[in-house]
This record gives sequence, structure tokens and C-alpha cells, in this order.
Amino acid sequence: MLEVTLYFVQQLINGITIGSTYALIAIGYTMVYGIIGMINFAHGEVYMIGTYIAFMAITGLSMLGIEFLPIVFAVALISSMLVSSTFGLAIERVAYRPLRGGNRLIPLISAIGMSFFLQNYVRISQGARDIAMPSVVTGGWNFGPEHGFQASISYMQIIIFIATFISMTALTLFISRSRLGRACRATAQDLKMAGLLGINTNNVIAATFVIGAALAAVAGTLLGMYYGVANAYIGFLAGLKAFTAAVLGGIGSLPGAMLGGLILGISESMTAAYFSTEYKDVVSFGLLVLILLFKPTGILGKPEVEKI
Amino acid sequence: MRNNLSSALFAAGVTFILSFPLMGLQLTTEGVNLIVATSPAATFGYIAAGVLAVFFVQLFKEQILAQLGKAKPRPGTISNFLPTDATRAKLIKPGVLLIILGALMWPFIMERGATDLATLVLIYVMLGLGLNIVVGLAGLLDLGYVAFYAVGAYTYALLAQDFGWSFWACLPLGGLLAALFGFLLGFPVLRLRGDYLAIVTLGFGEIIRILLNNLTDLTGGPNGIGGIPKPTLPAIQTDPEFSVVGLEFTRRASEGNVPFHEFFGMSYDPASKVVFLYLLALLLVFLTLFVIRRLIRMPVGRAWEALREDEIACRSLGLNRTAIKLSAFTMGAAFAGFAGCFFAARQGFINPESFVFKESVIILAIVVLGGMGSQIGVILAAILITILPELAREFQEYRELMFGLMMVVMMIWSPQGLLPMKRPHIELKQE
Repeated sequence: MLEVTLYFVQQLINGITIGSTYALIAIGYTMVYGIIGMINFAHGEVYMIGTYIAFMAITGLSMLGIEFLPIVFAVALISSMLVSSTFGLAIERVAYRPLRGGNRLIPLISAIGMSFFLQNYVRISQGARDIAMPSVVTGGWNFGPEHGFQASISYMQIIIFIATFISMTALTLFISRSRLGRACRATAQDLKMAGLLGINTNNVIAATFVIGAALAAVAGTLLGMYYGVANAYIGFLAGLKAFTAAVLGGIGSLPGAMLGGLILGISESMTAAYFSTEYKDVVSFGLLVLILLFKPTGILGKPEVEKI
Repeated sequence: MRNNLSSALFAAGVTFILSFPLMGLQLTTEGVNLIVATSPAATFGYIAAGVLAVFFVQLFKEQILAQLGKAKPRPGTISNFLPTDATRAKLIKPGVLLIILGALMWPFIMERGATDLATLVLIYVMLGLGLNIVVGLAGLLDLGYVAFYAVGAYTYALLAQDFGWSFWACLPLGGLLAALFGFLLGFPVLRLRGDYLAIVTLGFGEIIRILLNNLTDLTGGPNGIGGIPKPTLPAIQTDPEFSVVGLEFTRRASEGNVPFHEFFGMSYDPASKVVFLYLLALLLVFLTLFVIRRLIRMPVGRAWEALREDEIACRSLGLNRTAIKLSAFTMGAAFAGFAGCFFAARQGFINPESFVFKESVIILAIVVLGGMGSQIGVILAAILITILPELAREFQEYRELMFGLMMVVMMIWSPQGLLPMKRPHIELKQE
């Protein structure tokens, strides 16, 4: 009995780890959707680029002989956030801003083109093969009987929990307290009216892309260090899953994205543990279709009112 | 000027961050260690040139725009350079006839390789035309179109392998099955906003690929299915008894079939197989073109476009939004199924590698480049996009990069594509 419980606990820990990073990526989708009502298709690529930059930073530091963990983390996070948010800014400027206000199909296509472009940009510049990085943080705690199945929680997982928690808290405070956060909320409520009241809505929209990209970079850094592998195509699946998480929680709602990410991560790790690893990717998609079928607004989302 | 300078500095900084870490530095393995290497010096030169170019263009933006404005008005689309509608109407019939004749003559004039390539182009034309219904006419973004293509291909491959069904029996079945998948997928999603459809189809494409890879007993997994029989030409035999036989384009036919050359008493020509496949593809393309041309003029076709233009107006006029979208989505899937069936027959071997997301994007690029809704545009774009990488092998590496860029640029510059569709219409002359 104990063994079964421990196994379950282990899956729960793994699920929450993955789920919290999905939540970080999902925030980017949900914020952009909340403000301009569009899906940022290139968001997954921003995450992928974040992973690459973090790998570069960590490898570069270790080549210089710096392995003091706080410095490694700080440099990896800051550099990947900087580069990723620049990409987020560029995506907004190139693929969204010139097309705002037209047919809804058009920005979708340009964003898909953008995503395809970025994927191949990294593939050509960095090579198509997998890049494996040795773990920076090793070790963890085990609990359970001495002989027999032991559940474990690694230090890396704990770092992921803490980092996610800090990012989420910072974001929530930023949105609810800061001047720009207030502008964001106002723009999400009514873009035109916010503009009339003197908010530079162009900057607010750019800011949401940047914030989303920075959080995706945090996720990319953490998940990259957790898995230790990256290639130019990881953004595709991660983006798809994070989007599912955003829809699950209710697209446009920040707490919804967090909740959705956790639910998705847990259900995925449970599927992998109790059914089969190959089909864990199918779960997120099946979940997405089921939500759309029965509760398109998601768990915490508000029903969409079509304005004429 | 101050303002310009700061924005120019900002743009140059952004360009630097976008290009330097990914192009200038490279993660490579040295022995067992991962290291960061720097790119060759030339790359840094390019980066510097790019950054400087962006800086100066931003700095002198007004002057450059003014110069450009003086030079000439922005060209809208290629149609501005084409002859006027009246001359076009006169030219169109002989033109179409000429193209059909040329397409029919192609395999007899050109050599084998060119015919083979043309067959591939025709497959993409079929796919482009099918996706054009969904994206161009109905305005629904389908990012997993290749999944329906896979359904068609695997339908034929499996039925031929396990039950020995012929190509002609599987062709309609492949289309039907793909349509059924489209129907089942579209049903829950099409009630919602268009963005959801895009992401669900994206996921669906991925799921189909995962299933094909993992259902090893059924689909052969990553190894795929080989030895798929080529299509046969049905003919009526009178010799031993009155019956229908399939003519095969091989030296010796399999059980129950007759080789083509024996039937007509000719000597065996290995090229005849390629020619036959080409003509078959051409037939399918003409059929597709014909059906879609008819559909566009039917109430359902008009409803597709009306819905794309203004959903709320359509609903207030009593159109059933979900049913109309579903019909477009299903119809598009069916054409992909046909194309898939033919693809499997042509290749003789299929595996999940042929049905990756990249293919969906290539087909979408064809539709986007050709002009959404325009059939002739889609055909030209399919030719362009398939032939270009064949002509310049060096281009292959950058092909996908270009496709992505092209989609963004097309959407900004001319969302209607190079050859936008023109409805038959009469213009009111101003007195």
C-alpha cells in the first residue's frame, strides 16, 4: 500500500514540476489573448530560444570556470529573458502590429510564418541535432522505506517550484500594483477607450508580448536544465501544451493559466506512469478537445460576449 | 532628429540581440563536453552590416520614405500589371485550352525526370486547391491539413496491403474517410472562434503522426508500409471471356492483371508507368478543379465566402454558421484524402515522415502565396514552390526559412496573394 502511495506521490511531484513550467509559458498566451484577442503562435519558439540562450550562458560560464550556482542561475535567467523578450518584441512589431484591425485570419497566418521562420533560424544557425547539457544541479531528497520503492524530489525540482512561485507572485503584483499593470488591465477591458484615456496602447501590447516572452524564457531555462536536452523543435510541442493549459484554465485569465498548467502537467505525468509514455502527448490534445466540447470558456474564464 | 536617433539606436540594439547570440555563438560538442564556439569572422561581418543597415534606415526613415513615395505608387498586386478585364475575358478561353493541351502533351515532350517532378507538382496542386477551400474560401485556418493527407495515404496502403483492394476502390474511400475525420474534428471546434480551430488542427496533425509512429502493428510504425501496388488502368477484355481487367505498367503483371504493353501488343517501355501516373494525377487535378469551380458558384460556396467576410451579417440572414464551416472543412479534408491516396500509390512506400507539420506549412504557403480563394493563383504557387527547390539545390537548406518569411511578408504586403480571386461582377458606370 505504501509503495503504491509513494509511486503516486512521485508522479504528483513530477507532474507539478512540468505543470508549473507549462503555466509559465501559458501566461504568455493568456496575456496576449486577453489584450488583443489573438493567439501568439510564435510563443513556443520564444521558449525554445530561451532554452538555447540559457544553455549558452551556462556552458560559457563553466568554460570560464564559474560554477557558483546563484551566479550561474542569475546569468542564465537574465540573458535568456533579455534575448527572449527581444524576440517577443520583434514578433509583435513585425507579425502583429502592422496587421491589427484587419481580418482575423491574417495575423494568424503571419504568426505561423513567424514561428516557422524562427524554428528554421535556430535550426540553421545552431544545427539540427539535439544539444545535451550535463546537469548543473544534482542530488535530491529520497523518502520511503530503506529497501523498496522510494519517492524522490530533486533539488532541481525544488528550484523549479520556487522560481515559478516567485515569477508568478512578481507578475501578479506587477499587474495589480504597477502603473503599467493597470494600463494592461485597462487595455484588456477596452482597447479603444484605454487609448482615449491617454494610455499608449501600442506600448501596452508590446509590453504584454515582452512579459510573456520573459516568463517563457524562465520556463525555458528551468525546463532546459531539468531535461538537459534541447533542439530547434522543442518549442512546437511546448507551445501546444501551454496553449492547452491556457484554454483549460480559461484563456485571458492569469490564475486560470496557472491552474491549467498544473492540471495538465499532473494529468500528463499520470498518463505516462499508468498508461504509456508514447501517448502522453495525446492526452493534452484530447483534453483540449474535451474542454472545447463541454466548457469552451475553461475553468476560470468568463463567457465570451460577441460585440457587434 | 533626436527622436530618430534614439529609435534608431533602439532598433539597432534589438537587431543585435536578435542576431548575435544565435548566429554569432554556437553550442557544439567537443569530445564529450558541450562548448560555446564562435562563428567564422564573416558571420560577425554580416551581423555588423545588418545592425548598421537597420540603424541608418531607422535614422533616415523619413527621407527614404519620401524618396520612395516620389518614385512610384506602391504596386498593389500583380493583377495591376495584367491586361484589363475585357481583354482577359477574350484571352481566357484559348489560354485555358492551351494550358490543358500543354499539360496533356508534357510527358510526351519532356523526359522522364521532368514528368516525375510534374506529378509531384500536381499532388501539391491538389492539396493546395483542397486547402484553398478551407483557408481561402471559408477563412478557417487549418494547420493540420497534412493529417487528412495521411489518412488518405494510409487508407490505400493498408487496404491494399491487408485486403488487396485496388486503387480505384480505395480512392473514393480514402476521400470519404478523410472527410469523416474532418467532420468529427470540426464538429466540436467549429462552433468556436477561428483561433481554436487553428490550434486544434495543429494538435490533430501531431496526434495523427504520433499514432502512425506508435501503432506499429497496424501502420508499421516509423518503418512505414512498403510495396504499395501502383494504380492500374481498367480495361475491358474480350479474349478468353468478357471481363474487366486492370492493366499494369510493369513488365509482368501480378495475379489477375494484364501488362499494359501486352494488352495493346506494344513493346515494354519502362517510362510508360511514369507517364500513366502523371496523366492520372492530371485527371484528378482537373476533376478537383471542376468540382471546386462548381462548388464556388453554388449557394454553399457563396455562403463560405459570405461567412468569411462577415459572420454576424450571415447569421442574421439565417445562415447556419456551424454547418457551413463544417461543410468547407469536410470538403477540404476529402480532397486531401484523394491526394493522399494518389501519393501512396505513386510512392509505393509511405511512412510518418511524409506527414509532418512542415508539409502542412508548405501547403499553407502555397495557398497564401497564390492568393486566398484564387484557383489559378494556387496552381501557379504550387508550381513555383515545388520547382524552386529542385532548380537550386543550395536553396534547399534555406527553403523553410524562406517560406516562413514569405508568409509574414505576404500577409503584410498583400494578404490577397499574388493573384487575388475576382468574382464575376458588373461595375456601375458613373454617368
